Amino acid sequence: MSTRAYQHWQLEIDAEGIASATFDKAGETANSLSSAVMDEFGRILDQLEESPPRGLIIRSGKLAGFIAGADIQEFTQLDTPEKGLKLVARGWNLFNRLAAVRYPTLAMVRGHCLGGGLELALACRYLLAVDEPATKMGLPEVMLGIFPGWGGMLRLPQRVGAQAALDMMLTGKTIDAKRAKRMGLADECVPSRVMENAATMLLLSNTARRSLSLLQRLLGGPFKGLVASGARKQVAIRARPEHYPAPYAIIDIWAKHQGNALAAPQLVDAIVRSSTARNLVRVFFMQERLKGFGKESDFQARRVHVVGAGVMGGDIAAWCALRGLTVTLQDQGMERIAPALKRAYAAYGKRIRDPLQLRDVMDRLIPDPEGHGAAQADVVIEAIFENIEAKQALLKKLEAVMKPGAVLATNTSSLKLEDLSTVLANPARLVGIHFFNPVSKMPLVEVVSASGGDPEMASRAAAFVRQIDRLPLPVRSAPGFLVNAVLAPYMLEAMRAVDEGITPETVDAAMLAFGMPMGPIELVDMVGLDVAMAAGKGLGGANIDLPQCLLERFNAGHLGQKSGRGFYDHASGSSGKGVVKAAAGPIPAGLAERLLKPLLERAQQLADEGVVADADLADAGVIFGTGFSPFTGGPLNYLKQKRD
Amino acid sequence: MAFQPVYIVDGARTPFLKARNAPGPFSASDLAVQSGRALLMRQVFAPTELDEVILGCASPSPDEVNIGRLVALRMGCGHKVPAWTAMRNCASGMQAIDSAIANIQAGRAQLVLAGGTDALSHAPLLYNKVMVMWFAGLMQARSLGQKLGMFAKLRPSALLAPVIGIMKGLTDPMVGLLMGQTAENLAWKFGISREQMDEFSVHSHQLVVEGRAAGHYDEIVPLVDAKGNVYAEDDGVRLDSSLPGLAKLKPFFDKKYGRVTPGNSSQITDGAAWLILASQAAVDQWGLQPIGRISDSQWAGLDPAQMGLGPVHATTPILQRHGWGLDDIDAWEINEAFAAQVLGCLAAWESDDYCREQLGLPEALGTLPHGRLNVDGGAIALGHPVGASGARIVLHLLHVLRANQARRGIASICIGGGLGGAMLVETLS
Repeated sequence: MSTRAYQHWQLEIDAEGIASATFDKAGETANSLSSAVMDEFGRILDQLEESPPRGLIIRSGKLAGFIAGADIQEFTQLDTPEKGLKLVARGWNLFNRLAAVRYPTLAMVRGHCLGGGLELALACRYLLAVDEPATKMGLPEVMLGIFPGWGGMLRLPQRVGAQAALDMMLTGKTIDAKRAKRMGLADECVPSRVMENAATMLLLSNTARRSLSLLQRLLGGPFKGLVASGARKQVAIRARPEHYPAPYAIIDIWAKHQGNALAAPQLVDAIVRSSTARNLVRVFFMQERLKGFGKESDFQARRVHVVGAGVMGGDIAAWCALRGLTVTLQDQGMERIAPALKRAYAAYGKRIRDPLQLRDVMDRLIPDPEGHGAAQADVVIEAIFENIEAKQALLKKLEAVMKPGAVLATNTSSLKLEDLSTVLANPARLVGIHFFNPVSKMPLVEVVSASGGDPEMASRAAAFVRQIDRLPLPVRSAPGFLVNAVLAPYMLEAMRAVDEGITPETVDAAMLAFGMPMGPIELVDMVGLDVAMAAGKGLGGANIDLPQCLLERFNAGHLGQKSGRGFYDHASGSSGKGVVKAAAGPIPAGLAERLLKPLLERAQQLADEGVVADADLADAGVIFGTGFSPFTGGPLNYLKQKRD
Repeated sequence: MAFQPVYIVDGARTPFLKARNAPGPFSASDLAVQSGRALLMRQVFAPTELDEVILGCASPSPDEVNIGRLVALRMGCGHKVPAWTAMRNCASGMQAIDSAIANIQAGRAQLVLAGGTDALSHAPLLYNKVMVMWFAGLMQARSLGQKLGMFAKLRPSALLAPVIGIMKGLTDPMVGLLMGQTAENLAWKFGISREQMDEFSVHSHQLVVEGRAAGHYDEIVPLVDAKGNVYAEDDGVRLDSSLPGLAKLKPFFDKKYGRVTPGNSSQITDGAAWLILASQAAVDQWGLQPIGRISDSQWAGLDPAQMGLGPVHATTPILQRHGWGLDDIDAWEINEAFAAQVLGCLAAWESDDYCREQLGLPEALGTLPHGRLNVDGGAIALGHPVGASGARIVLHLLHVLRANQARRGIASICIGGGLGGAMLVETLS
């Protein structure tokens, strides 16, 4: 066995003449393809060219996964068109070289294999997927506002067909090991116990890749134009080209340039140095920053107790059980808990295929009418109705039975932590863990610290939020925290516009055109007109002039989605899909700017007041908590760009 | 060696859900998991602190092999808590408790979760012998012609006549009698009339209704099915059970001429029951507050054709060991497999002949005092989820004793195959 040391790679050639390149990026917990890493890989190919092995297996030395993608830090340094092209050329050429070697090559994909990592794997002759939950393959470049320019646009369509490839590249979605095998992305899908044997056998098998069906060859060949225009129409439903140019570029580069971005240098520059890409990369780093909160704590929850089986409490409990925690859900009687379980089971049924996994998740979600679970829980979350006396009485009871060191949290959105905690023996213990509805779709969770609160508890709460795969945003206790505080004046302004005679449809259309995921009036319907009333009064002061359109509907009992009618009719009731909307009128000039103004001002004010630590966190919170158009980089970034 | 008492720390059971001609909403393991996790949740120790889990089950489904272990893992007891399944037919749950007692007495365990479960509504339909042979032939068929030939031989009459699993389970394999036929034997032997049986059955329903109203069934943990429906009460109990109603039912086991009907037999039911048992050391270690203790137990064998008298044979030695008569016991739970069978037990103790010949006593043991037997009703009203019943009667007996501030009681059960089991339960004064 011969070895030669590299900084990020380890190359071994065994007695059988099979080379094994293990990627183990120095100083990192996950592998990413930096310039240094790729240079070294080029030298490995040089070395193997001198004396070709019988075959080459590429694997990861990280527990975290195979390769997470390119080194995104490098994207922030592309200040000239040349640098952009150079970055594209680096991977395009290297992987073309890998694809052309005469000996067989195999990528052993275990754990995440994303972006550049998948492009590397696609350049190998064989792709072996290890069947584990963490194994995920995808080309998520589009989510950063760029494209898979290192051969992904060339090789993925060749391997899985044009439609499946475009679907992956345009949505950024990931594929698990079994699915990868079914769709032809992976040549084999095996459990880890036989992966070594499978890798060697497949590498030396000399089998040809399964060719695409005639239909797929036609769609990727003569009918390419048709497929491309279909894809453009699909993309147009979700993303406007002026906001998100990358998906359109991906379609063009595939359809017109055989997946070679270098053949369209102007397009490359227009994408790589677009403000969208810059902002989305920024959003990515903000997300990484949120993921870092709570890391300083080694707190790990095993049991969670949730009190209040309403929509929020029930969904929080269901989500925690889905993420592997044992959850006890308390409310007054089984009859109150059962609807939450019913909702949870239905959601699990849609999400989980494996009947054994489904059974385990259901077993972990335990109805607890008498509240026994509080004594054994590591985290207790109060999510009952917003009444200060009721919450105080409950928190006092919970504190008395809880384990020392367990986190005591409230999900309140409108009450002051400082008022709730007065009844506690240790008021510093209480933290806010504020989820958004729907819990399973909203990634952000505000972790609220009261003045005088125990920082250790806030840090445990953040660690818990990470444990259930949500993004913790530390906020100071203030009315509406960050997200609701910025949303309330925006929604009020939108309703004032309705008072002035602009139709709700037109108001919503103006904000959808700005890139919001949902119009503000529809949002009012979703959160409920009663909640909007209370929030308006709570955040705007008792003397606030509430919009007439809100008062009228509220007084008529039209509370929005929950009552079947608000500003819109909610035919099917349950999801936004059932909304009945008339056609929007022409959008008055400046409407979006006008509606945004109070939101932007409030965000600035909250950042200045230190409700969040800095402007970046305000941007992160508003994007992940409200869906605020990510291509803008967040409200404060948007303000700054406007000023510049 | 004297019987070292073992403490009962707590217990719970599911509502007993009557089988309604189709698989019920819960499998045997679902029943045990939902009731067990609720019971464990209210303890001061974590499920992982148990030394052992023992679960009685007479008919687990094919995907519940060693159902005790499956259930322990599903309840979050962790990989390191050993668990197993006890099977002694109708006394599987009582066997689980007795095995827990034995292990605690031997010092092999300090804290044990023991109980029983069965989902009789999930009992399988099996292919009959003709069909099994046909499948074997199909497996051996190599060519298409041979395979087609096998299909030509397929007889729909064989396909449509499955073996009903539950009927096999309720048939004695030694003497070939259905359990109900062994009850007919007792009715014949002791001259028990159809009217007496029906009267006993109506009374059982009435007692459950009264007991429920008096809050005597707080041992039940409500269940929630996958659709979010709540099951909070035993659903086989009939509020309107009456003699004229029962009189309309036809004899089921000895058709036409017999006396035992579905109305005066226990119901076929799904359910689970658990107890947490502890040694003195575990009580001290965790600061537990036991609700009672088990101070003796006994198994006995008898003619399988008279299996219903099992309680007579299992209970009498306990009374003899302590020098007690029937009236020294404050409360009795004798599982109501059949009205004829419970009445048969009472008659046997009152019979000089039976006590002399079968129990070696000089004369009849006596009369079980009125009002001390199954005071909150029994399996005729609640149902008899075979594996669970033995654990249920021990748990409920303790509740009865505590409600009446009484001292000691005996829970006993008859067992298909000609066995009886009994446990002496005491409150802590």
